[in-house]
Amino acid sequence: MTMKAVVHVMLKPGVLDPQGEAVRHALGALGFGGVAAVRQGKVIELELAETDAAAAEAEVKQMCDKLLANTVIESYRIEIA
Amino acid sequence: MRAAVIVFPGSNCDRDLAVAFRAAGMDPVMVWHKDTSLPAGVDVVGLPGGFSYGDYLRCGAIAARSPICAAVADHAHRGGAVIGICNGFQVLVEAGLLPGALMRNAGLKFICKPAALTVGTADSPFTAGYAAGQTVTFPIAHHDGNYTADADTLARLAAEDRVAFRYRDNPNGSAGDIAGILSENRRVLGLMPHPERAMDPVQGGTDGAALFAALAGALTDA
Repeated sequence: MTMKAVVHVMLKPGVLDPQGEAVRHALGALGFGGVAAVRQGKVIELELAETDAAAAEAEVKQMCDKLLANTVIESYRIEIA
Repeated sequence: MRAAVIVFPGSNCDRDLAVAFRAAGMDPVMVWHKDTSLPAGVDVVGLPGGFSYGDYLRCGAIAARSPICAAVADHAHRGGAVIGICNGFQVLVEAGLLPGALMRNAGLKFICKPAALTVGTADSPFTAGYAAGQTVTFPIAHHDGNYTADADTLARLAAEDRVAFRYRDNPNGSAGDIAGILSENRRVLGLMPHPERAMDPVQGGTDGAALFAALAGALTDA
């Protein structure tokens, strides 16, 4: 059985997210006044040949560090399913 | 003296950069991103502007992992000169050859206009033809030029006199008004503005010519 990994990439706390801020403004314009903050991120789904969950997670972590996230400004979270 | 211009799928300033190298007396060769080595005897590598790989994932992220970029990194680590302009600057930070990151412009708009810059330092092969504090005007054309780095990195860039150019009127939210920075050995320059688009009076200005002339001079002396 193949495995699926879901990677959530978000800007680190403290890094200004101008896109999220623009979304917040647009929500305000639609009458949603109660939104204090919006942070926008990415979700990346991977289908893996690896069958061992721990090995899969270790491999996806390397993928994140090498390509999927820019750890200067972004953090990531990995879900293995 | 030989210059290599790296061509990625989506590069669109590669020929302009080659013209600028040639105008300064250098002999440019175009190098495809799938190549694994630079031509022999290359003195300077140029990473051009454009939208490599359609800006997929992050600007410059895929290009920075392309086969040729390992050779560009080797060239830089040997002390070779590298200039990355616009998307090329994004590739350099994604490749880890320069610190920090380039984020979406603070105003979220693509900005295309001439930008007045202050030369931060004349101490590099790229900026030796200017005086520190001098104002030059290069065009900018980018959506993701908002330079960011942690406080320690910003302090270090300033302390080591590695900010090559600063915006006079910050267009994109860049930390410290930074438009271009140098590597620790001062042989790698990344900048968002386009000096290769300020080479000939017909382009509206010639302030970029001194950058390529200084580079050609420095590489001849070396």
